[in-house]
Amino acid sequence: MTRLALTMLWRDWRAGELRVLAIALVVAVASVSSVGFFADRLHQALTREAHQLLGGDVVLVADHPWQQARRDEIAGRGLRQTESMSFTSMARTGNEAQMVAVKAVAGGYPLRGKLRIAPAAGAADAVTDALPAAGEVWIDERMAGVFALSVGDRLELGNSIFKVGAILTLEPDRGASFFNFAPRLLMRIDDVAATGLVQTGSRVWYHLLVAGERADAAAFEQWVTSRLGRGETLQSLTHARPEIRGTLDRASQFVSLAALLAVILAAVAIALGTQYYIKRHLDGYAVMRCLGASQPKLMSLLLREFALLGVFASLLGAAGGYAGQAVIVWMIDELIKVPLPQPTLLPALQGCAVGIVLLLGFALPPLLQLKNVPALRVLRRDLGPPRQSALFAYAAGLAAVAGLVVWQAGELRLGLIVFGGFCGAFALFGAVAWCALRMLGRATGASGLTWRFGLANLGRRAGANTVQVLALAIGLTTLLLLSFTRGDLLATWQAKIPPDAPNRFIVNIQPEQRALVAEFFAANGLPQPEIYPMVRGRYVALNGKPVNSDEFAERARRMVEREFNLSYMRELPPHNQLTAGRAFADGDAARGALSVEEGIARTLGWKLGDVLTWQVGGENFSAEIVNLRKLDWDSMRVNFFVTATPGLLEKAATSYITSFHLSTGQSALTQQLSRRLPNVTVVDMSALLKQVQYLVGQVVRAVQFIFLFAVGAGVLVLYAALLATRDERVREAAVMRALGASRRQVLASQRAEFAVLGLLAGLLAAAGATAIGLLIAHKVFQFPYQINHWVWLAGPLLGLACLGFNLRAAARAVLNTPPLTALRDV
Amino acid sequence: MANGAQSLAILQDIGLAVMPGDAVAIVGASGSGKSTLLGLLAGLDVPTAGSVELAGQDLFSLDEDGRAALRARLLGFVFQSFQLLPALNALENVMLPVELSGASDAAGAAAAMLDRVGLGERLHHYPKTLSGGEQQRVALARAFVMKPQLLLADEPTGNLDAATGAGVIDLLFELNAERGTTLVLVTHDDELARRCARVIRLAGGRTV
Repeated sequence: MTRLALTMLWRDWRAGELRVLAIALVVAVASVSSVGFFADRLHQALTREAHQLLGGDVVLVADHPWQQARRDEIAGRGLRQTESMSFTSMARTGNEAQMVAVKAVAGGYPLRGKLRIAPAAGAADAVTDALPAAGEVWIDERMAGVFALSVGDRLELGNSIFKVGAILTLEPDRGASFFNFAPRLLMRIDDVAATGLVQTGSRVWYHLLVAGERADAAAFEQWVTSRLGRGETLQSLTHARPEIRGTLDRASQFVSLAALLAVILAAVAIALGTQYYIKRHLDGYAVMRCLGASQPKLMSLLLREFALLGVFASLLGAAGGYAGQAVIVWMIDELIKVPLPQPTLLPALQGCAVGIVLLLGFALPPLLQLKNVPALRVLRRDLGPPRQSALFAYAAGLAAVAGLVVWQAGELRLGLIVFGGFCGAFALFGAVAWCALRMLGRATGASGLTWRFGLANLGRRAGANTVQVLALAIGLTTLLLLSFTRGDLLATWQAKIPPDAPNRFIVNIQPEQRALVAEFFAANGLPQPEIYPMVRGRYVALNGKPVNSDEFAERARRMVEREFNLSYMRELPPHNQLTAGRAFADGDAARGALSVEEGIARTLGWKLGDVLTWQVGGENFSAEIVNLRKLDWDSMRVNFFVTATPGLLEKAATSYITSFHLSTGQSALTQQLSRRLPNVTVVDMSALLKQVQYLVGQVVRAVQFIFLFAVGAGVLVLYAALLATRDERVREAAVMRALGASRRQVLASQRAEFAVLGLLAGLLAAAGATAIGLLIAHKVFQFPYQINHWVWLAGPLLGLACLGFNLRAAARAVLNTPPLTALRDV
Repeated sequence: MANGAQSLAILQDIGLAVMPGDAVAIVGASGSGKSTLLGLLAGLDVPTAGSVELAGQDLFSLDEDGRAALRARLLGFVFQSFQLLPALNALENVMLPVELSGASDAAGAAAAMLDRVGLGERLHHYPKTLSGGEQQRVALARAFVMKPQLLLADEPTGNLDAATGAGVIDLLFELNAERGTTLVLVTHDDELARRCARVIRLAGGRTV
């Protein structure tokens, strides 16, 4: 029987009756799997890119040299490794002495990311694969400013004299510990011994950098996590800075969102393609029943035929998906710059699964109607299968798509919002379109025969036309989402890291230096920065119960083990948003109160009303959490996880911190400030920001390319929608022409009908895109969204344009079919 | 036949026995119930009352699939509108019942049958490219390829001009005689009816 099914599949394919369905399936699988393949590679690359901020995939840090056993384990697993040491030291030139952060590195450093160096401070920098030569150091711009050093100058470090070989503009793994910043210096690890700087009791951090295949690195990470000793910690992507993780998470959401649209549109195309197939096969099935084929036999044949179709189309789609992602990669090769790892096979399987699910959900239920075709149809053409409600037929399909959407989004909330948005749009679009078409159909006062005929058609075929308006409106909604809304959303998102976002942090400001900093800013025409007090404290008890770090999960444990940067203030800064509890009140001054960031509260299990005990400078204090805050990590402003009322902390040893924006031409100010306040550290965030924004830019481009698949699926929906009504249009036109209508009149009445359909669909799409944009902006990304009024013009225009294209295709079929042929087919 | 609240008798008090080898014509004006009677004889439709026995088997004691199996074994059909599948070529249209029955060498049997109806040269032509007369010959080949005991024909010349129709009817009767097939023919063409041994005339759902 499978052979017969294969024969039937071939015959149906040859007849072109499966083409829309099959292409929709191939496009669905291709888009899903190419998105999958690409996202898979991109995610791997993004992960690796983020790892560049660590200098490796996994970085082990210890306050003592690493045992040889660890190195042997890494080598044994086929992973690459290198090492570095970091410590602080005084560096000297003829007239200057200053604490600097020294990093000594071995060959192969960094394993991820690149060093960037410049021949002079402020000169254009470039990537390098080299390391400082023996007897040479590379210094950062701040150090060049502080010491007034240029390339070729000499510098004393411990017992050694070094030559400045280059200005270091970017070390990949600097971000991980940037708050400890002093002016920085990079040297070879072999030169360390001669300086005599590392003695017993010296505070030195020993880093082991590890990189390799993702799975191997992950396996090693897992292996080593449970074997870390005292004073040993692990850094990996999951432990990178929260703002970078936030950016990555949002990037993933964007990529997933793009994939969802293609899936949903392909589902619509498959449903329409199936309807077309059924319409074409009603007679065939009646004849076969008449020829004595039993219902189970026909169903079995049909299911086999479609299962075979599903298998072929899915395989083709998966292959197409692989080719598609290769094209995308090729197109943005210049932008990616990092080699993308080969994708795993999983996206192909996922793509095929999507194909099968779409087929089961959107082709199978209506196909099953064929079994109800009465054999008597061979004698009485008016008999069809009993009409089934569309909602019932597609209930399984809708559930399947909801599942797919949630799965593709990788997140229930986003998935449900997108799916809910589309369902809502379906229902609303359908209702509005149906009502409008019925009303227009009754508007018989229209002048001219062709308009009257066209408008009457709208109402007479309100059901079929509603489907067409729906399909077009959904396709256009996507187009509008892709062009206007997406642009608006991305612009708003990117604007979250505004061009004037702070790019310098000043840390370690002493209390008496606050006035000097303010003076310096005023003298240089910079706006007065907010200067926040910062006190180091250790978290010791929750509601009187001592904290045991072993009770926490990995990330929380690290947070608990390290010292917190606490701050104190009477009122919270305006960019902190209260999410629970109340603001600090007057009554809190005496008793003391705490405000904590909601994320860390979740991680560490803190609730409103909990009493936390902190150890600051050997003394303990306790206070109640009176509110939870939300922080905008993208703002690049000074943020504190824990903030107290001033009474609790103002007597503790306090340094101050602030952030500000310095434009490119003003970087000399950093050097001036360093000279004026030598103990103060100015952290240059612009390099780090550059790296983050570069990452964002890459992701945006990737998303744009992925959106093309959704557009492709949308075009297919339009074509399928046209095919669905083509037979009917051809017959109508044949009747009109048989009754003496000219070609022009036939065309004009079609034009009238298509024009109204296009306008209606365009208006609905504009409304839909606006609503979805608002929803996504408010509910998912939580930023205000400015409604773009151009969609109200673009929507109807696009609707007219699309149906203009359809009109031409329809007109060709209508006018090229001789009326007699068309009528004989009835 | 009851239709909702209103009961409309389409066929009433019809008693008809067709013996093996008979050729019976059912004639009558449009709406006289000819096609309904044919549908009932084929088990394509179910009456509100009454019974049809085919080769000793009560059709309406069987379910639809049982009737389909019986049709596959015993019946051949020729329709006014040919009912060829447009996606299949002539050969494939004739192969279809053989394939559905699971018998082997569908292509050989179908080709031989098409040769018999004079279309041996047009095996791979699609219905669209065949004339009406040729299409009906393909339909005849499809009807006879399974060697049915009873052939039901619904206005077989209704869509054909007189000359072509006559050719098709000649062929039909030739095949019928060759294979000893029983023939039940619905027509409003008296001349065609006269070629059958028995003529049953319907008016207002009754035999007259």
